[in-house]
Amino acid sequence: MRPRTTNGIVRPRTLQSSVLRGLLFLVLGLFCLYYLIPLIVMISTSLKSLTEIREGTLISLPREITFDAWSKAWESACVGVRCDGLKPFMWNSIAMAVPAVLLSTTLGAINGYALTKWRFPGANWIFALILFGAFIPFQVVLLPMARTLGQLGLAGTVPGLILVHTVYGLAFTTLFFRNFFIGVSDGIVKAAQIDGAGFFGIFFKIVLPMSIPAIVVTVIWQFTQIWNDFLFGVAFTIGDSNPVTVALNNVVNTSTGVKEYNVDMAAAIIAALPTMLVYVVAGAYFVRGLSAGSMKG
Amino acid sequence: MAAGIELKNVQKSFGNTEVIKGIDLNIEPGEFVVLVGPSGCGKSTLLNLISGLETLSGGDVTIGGKVVNNTPPRDRDIAMVFQSYALYPTKTVRDNITFGMQARRVPKAEQDAAVAAFSGLLQIDHLLDRKPGQLSGGQRQRVAMGRALVRDPDVFLFDEPLSNLDAKLRIDMRTEIKKLHLRLGKTVVYVTHDQIEAMTLASRIAVMDEGRIRQYGPPEEIYENPVDLFVAGFMGSPPMNMLPGRLLRTGDEVFVETGDDEARVRFPLPDAIANRIEVGNGHEVVLGLRPEAIFAAGTELPGADRFIFERPVEVVEPTGPDTMIVFGIGSVELIARVRPEDARDPGTPFSFEVDMSKAKLFDQSSGRSL
Repeated sequence: MRPRTTNGIVRPRTLQSSVLRGLLFLVLGLFCLYYLIPLIVMISTSLKSLTEIREGTLISLPREITFDAWSKAWESACVGVRCDGLKPFMWNSIAMAVPAVLLSTTLGAINGYALTKWRFPGANWIFALILFGAFIPFQVVLLPMARTLGQLGLAGTVPGLILVHTVYGLAFTTLFFRNFFIGVSDGIVKAAQIDGAGFFGIFFKIVLPMSIPAIVVTVIWQFTQIWNDFLFGVAFTIGDSNPVTVALNNVVNTSTGVKEYNVDMAAAIIAALPTMLVYVVAGAYFVRGLSAGSMKG
Repeated sequence: MAAGIELKNVQKSFGNTEVIKGIDLNIEPGEFVVLVGPSGCGKSTLLNLISGLETLSGGDVTIGGKVVNNTPPRDRDIAMVFQSYALYPTKTVRDNITFGMQARRVPKAEQDAAVAAFSGLLQIDHLLDRKPGQLSGGQRQRVAMGRALVRDPDVFLFDEPLSNLDAKLRIDMRTEIKKLHLRLGKTVVYVTHDQIEAMTLASRIAVMDEGRIRQYGPPEEIYENPVDLFVAGFMGSPPMNMLPGRLLRTGDEVFVETGDDEARVRFPLPDAIANRIEVGNGHEVVLGLRPEAIFAAGTELPGADRFIFERPVEVVEPTGPDTMIVFGIGSVELIARVRPEDARDPGTPFSFEVDMSKAKLFDQSSGRSL
């Protein structure tokens, strides 16, 4: 055995430590499995045929892989009376989520920038009030929002839903950006002012390029919230303008015919794919943005 | 073209706190004026009022003969260098330098020419394509200067530009700033809390305290004829020795009696001071003696108005070229600057010689110079 020159920071490997290490990995592996099993069951069920589902068990892997359930969920499953699958509703969701995310993120960034770099009397009060919005539950705004949408003539439309999500998301996006910008040196904004740039010039040319980490966090958060929302979707849209979450519910909770578990599973995965995609793409960029933008002062 | 700056009764309050309490300041074109003072004295705020980054609560700011009270910073024809450098982290050095020109839609060719001219001068030409994050502190400082220089403004404003640099670099950059000023001849307003920077750079120094200017004048005047105890104590390192005492008139001679019953020293005032002062016998005064005015007896060429006294050495602090000897008179500690070879061990009696012609006298209650 080598002498202990490292004062116990690096310890020699013993039988005991090897056993403990093995135990550690076993426990970690079990937790992994615990979290992954629902996904595995969903994927494997979505690849089985209905007969196989009826005959086999829940966790058995598919004997014969078939994508019929996926194509049915995508283009021919019945949502209510309409049997075009999730496809049209996916487009609804994209048409709703993309503008809503962009709008709420942009407005949140401008809010945060104005609240931290262009201090005005009462800025703290305004921020406190905006922050308060983050603690208002969805249910509370349902009725006033329904009235507002009715007045604006946007009831039951995708633009109406965009408005709802933008307004509701502002509290969070403002909070994210305000907390990010508070750490950005005021000197930079002052220097840009003396260099001759105005409020929006400084915002777009100096401040926004610096805030990529905040943008990524906000986009992930907002996209996940808006895409996964069910309550606003079911309350403020009707039939053809439903987002995919509502359509998924209508596919799964149908009270007529045989329960097609494989189609349900495929539909659920399809509905969840975009958020996973955003997380993977933006998440990678997020880490890169963090390390590339790192500098003191 | 260099432009003059004139401040008339300039005031600034944040809420109920008065930060600048009515300042008048006249800066000639091409002058290098240093605003110096302890932190919180309002010197940076005053600079921000000149730049337009803060709005006035009262008074007038005139730059180049034009009142600019309501002119935004971009239209004041000024450039500013910040303490934190305030470089744009996502832009390359080149874009940092040209951002101001881009914002003003200066033609590309003109921008390139300006960058070429000043990047050579500041020795940053090899850094132009890097981001600020990849630069050292000194390089960032140069880029920040370059950003100010390319704009070719009438007035340069510096807000503690050297305080984030290490000691050696600070001295180098100080010299470079002075050279640049001599070369370009632009008006400079420079804020610092470092009195050595103030002394070395300024053509005139404004010593500030609590939102007011205590004294405004050339460095030598500030150092040699401080108007009050604050200015006297702030300028100079180690600081001026301040000995409280009483004025004593005996016959023709005027003394300052200092110390207590245990150790009493009577400093004879030279005629120049004695004839000037009007206060009577027993008046409470403060005698100000700079450390370099106290040295080991007999080590300097003899002169008029010398006074020799003896006190034991308490602490010896070598600095290299000089050695500081700390000793006491009564409850007051004094510092004498002696040659290293004249220093003695603590505890031994030491014969000090004072050049009384360099002595300053202040009124104890008002703090004003007598």
